[in-house]
Amino acid sequence: MVRVILRRLIQLIATVIALMTLVFFWLRSLPGGPVDALLGERATPQTRELLTRALGYDQPIWVQYGRFLKNVVTGNFGNSIRTGEPVTEVISRAFPATIELAVAAIIIAIGLGIPLGYLAARHRGRLLDNATIIVTLVGISIPIFFLGYLLKDWLTQDIHLFPPSGRITTGLGNTDVTGFFVLDGLLTRELDASADALWHLVLPAFTLATIPLAIIIRITRASVLDVLDEDYIRTADAKGLRNATVRKRHVLRNALLPVVTTIGLQTGALLAGAVLTEKVYNWGGLGTLITDSISGGRDYPVLQALILLAAVVFIVVNLAVDLSYAFIDPRVRVK
Amino acid sequence: MSGSGGIATLADHKRRRVEELIARTSEAGGVSLIRDAGRRLLRNPTAVVGAAIILLFLVIAIFAPLVAPHDPVQRFPELTRDLTVDHIPGATAGHPLGSDPLGRDFASRMIYGARQTLFVGVLATLIGLLLGVLLGVIAGAVGGRVDMVVMRLTDVMLALPSLLLAITLVALASRSTQWTVIIAVAVVNVPIFARLLRGSMLAQRESDHVLAARALGVKRHDIVLRHMLPNSLTAVIVQATLTFAVAILDAAALSFLGLGDPDINRAEWGLMLGVDGVRYFEVRPELAYFPALAIILVALGFTLLGESIREALDPKNRR
Repeated sequence: MVRVILRRLIQLIATVIALMTLVFFWLRSLPGGPVDALLGERATPQTRELLTRALGYDQPIWVQYGRFLKNVVTGNFGNSIRTGEPVTEVISRAFPATIELAVAAIIIAIGLGIPLGYLAARHRGRLLDNATIIVTLVGISIPIFFLGYLLKDWLTQDIHLFPPSGRITTGLGNTDVTGFFVLDGLLTRELDASADALWHLVLPAFTLATIPLAIIIRITRASVLDVLDEDYIRTADAKGLRNATVRKRHVLRNALLPVVTTIGLQTGALLAGAVLTEKVYNWGGLGTLITDSISGGRDYPVLQALILLAAVVFIVVNLAVDLSYAFIDPRVRVK
Repeated sequence: MSGSGGIATLADHKRRRVEELIARTSEAGGVSLIRDAGRRLLRNPTAVVGAAIILLFLVIAIFAPLVAPHDPVQRFPELTRDLTVDHIPGATAGHPLGSDPLGRDFASRMIYGARQTLFVGVLATLIGLLLGVLLGVIAGAVGGRVDMVVMRLTDVMLALPSLLLAITLVALASRSTQWTVIIAVAVVNVPIFARLLRGSMLAQRESDHVLAARALGVKRHDIVLRHMLPNSLTAVIVQATLTFAVAILDAAALSFLGLGDPDINRAEWGLMLGVDGVRYFEVRPELAYFPALAIILVALGFTLLGESIREALDPKNRR
C-alpha cells in the first residue's frame, strides 16, 4: 500500500513538472516571446529591452529553465505583472474564496444528488424518474454562465431574494481570520456576518453545482438500478430482512462505490466551473484571478502559478479518491 | 425406440445444434451487431429525438442562405436608428427577432449561427479525434516504450480539467482567433480518444481474430488497420458524438471569458451568447435566450444520440 502511494506520488510530481516544462517552453516559443505578448501594441524597442532584462529573458534558455524549475519547487513565482505584488500573496488571498465556493457546491451536489438519484431509481419509469432524467440532461447541456445570469436576473432583480454579487455585504465589518467568511463569522461570533456570507454563497454555489449535481444524480441512479438487479438483494429480501435494512446496508452501500469516483472526477468540473461562476457573480477568487490575468495583457507569472495549483489540486484529489477505494471497497483491498 | 430412429434423432439433434450455433455466431458478428443496434436505435424514442434535433440543425446550417431573411453582417438603418446602449429594438416588420447590438438582423444571425457553431464543433471534434486515434493506435499497436511515452503525454494533458486546459491553451497563445478556439477545444479531447483507442487495441491484441490473422501471416500494419481499428470505431463514434456537445459548450465558455474569436462579424452561438448576450442581458435578454436555447438543444441532441448509440451497442442490451 505504502509502495503504491509512493509510486503514484512520484508519478504525480513527474507529471506536474512535465506540464510546467511544456508551459515554460510554450511561452518562450510565442512569436516575439512573452515580452511582446505582455506589451502588445505598445512595444517600443526601449520598453521591450527593459522588460526583457527585468524578467531575465536575456539569459540563455537553459539558465532560465533551471531558474524556473527552482522557483516552481520553492514556490517562488515572482511578482504579478499587473499589480506588482508577489504571486503567492495574490493567490493565497483569492484561495479561500474559491475553496468556500467549491465546498458549498460539492455539498449541494452530493447532498441533493445522491438522494435524488436514489429516488429516481426506486421509482424507475415513473414521473419522478422521467422528470429527473430530463432535468439532468438539460443540466449538462446548459452553459453554466448563462444559468448564472438567469438565476441572477430572476432572484436578485425581479425578486430581491439574494444579493447579486460579491461574497459579503460591504461595510459589514467582518473580522478576517481565515479568509473563509462563513467560518470567520462563527469563529469570532459575528453570526450576522456568517449569515450574510452564507446568503451571498447560495446562488454562486448552486450555479457551480449544476453539472456535478446532474452527473451525480445520473451515476447514482444507474448504479442503484444495477445493484437492485443483483442476486444478493433478492436474497436479502427473500430471507425477510427489513426493507430499511436492505436499502441502507445492501443497496446504498454497494451503489455508492462508483459515485465516489464520480465525485473525485467532478473536482475538475468544479475548478473549471469556478472560473465561469466567479465571473458571473464577481466572486473574487481564483477564477476571477484567472480571468483578470488573461484580459488586458496576459499576467504570465500569475497564470503559471494558477496552472500549477489547479493541476496539483486536481491530481491529488483524484489520487485520494483512488486510494480511498481501498478503504471503502474490500474487494480492492484483497487484490 | 428403434436403433435407426435413435441415430436419426441424434443426427437431427446435431444438425439443430450446428444451425443454432451458426445462427448465434452470425448474430454476434460485427455487421449484425451494428444492424441489430441500428434496429434498436430506431425503436428508441430518445435516439430518434436526438437525431431529429441534429438533422434540423444540419438542414438549417446547410440552407442558411435560403432560410435567413437577411445578410447576417449587414447593418440596417431602420435598426441602428433606434439603437442606444439602453435600448435594442425588438421585433419589427422584416426583422422577426429584432436587432443585435450593432443593428444587424438577429434572426439571420441565429440562422447563420447554426453554420458557424457546426463548423467549430465538427472541426474541434474531428481534429481531437484524428490526433487522439493516431496516438492511441500507435501506443496500443507498438507498445513498449512508445506506449509509455504516449501515455505519459496524455497524463500531462489530463493533469488539468478540460476547460481549464482549453483556457490555458488560448491564454498562452498571444492572440485569440477562431482557430485558437477550435484547436484548444480539440486538444482537450486528444487524451480521451487516445486512451480509448489504446485500451481497445490492447484488449484486441490477444483476441482470437487477431491471433488467427497473425497465424495466417497477415502483415502487422494490415492487422492493425483492417482487423483491430474497425473494431474500435463504434466506441470512437459514441465518444465523438458526446464530445461534440462538450465542444460547443467549451467554445461558448471561452467566448464568455473574452478568449473567443475577436471577429465581430462572426455569427456563432457561443460568441453571441458569451459576448453580446451576457453584456446586454438587462437591456434585451433575448440576445442571450435564443443562442442559449439553440446551444442547449444541439448539445442535448448530440448527448441523447450518443448515449442511445452507446446503449444500443452494449451487448448486455441485446435480446
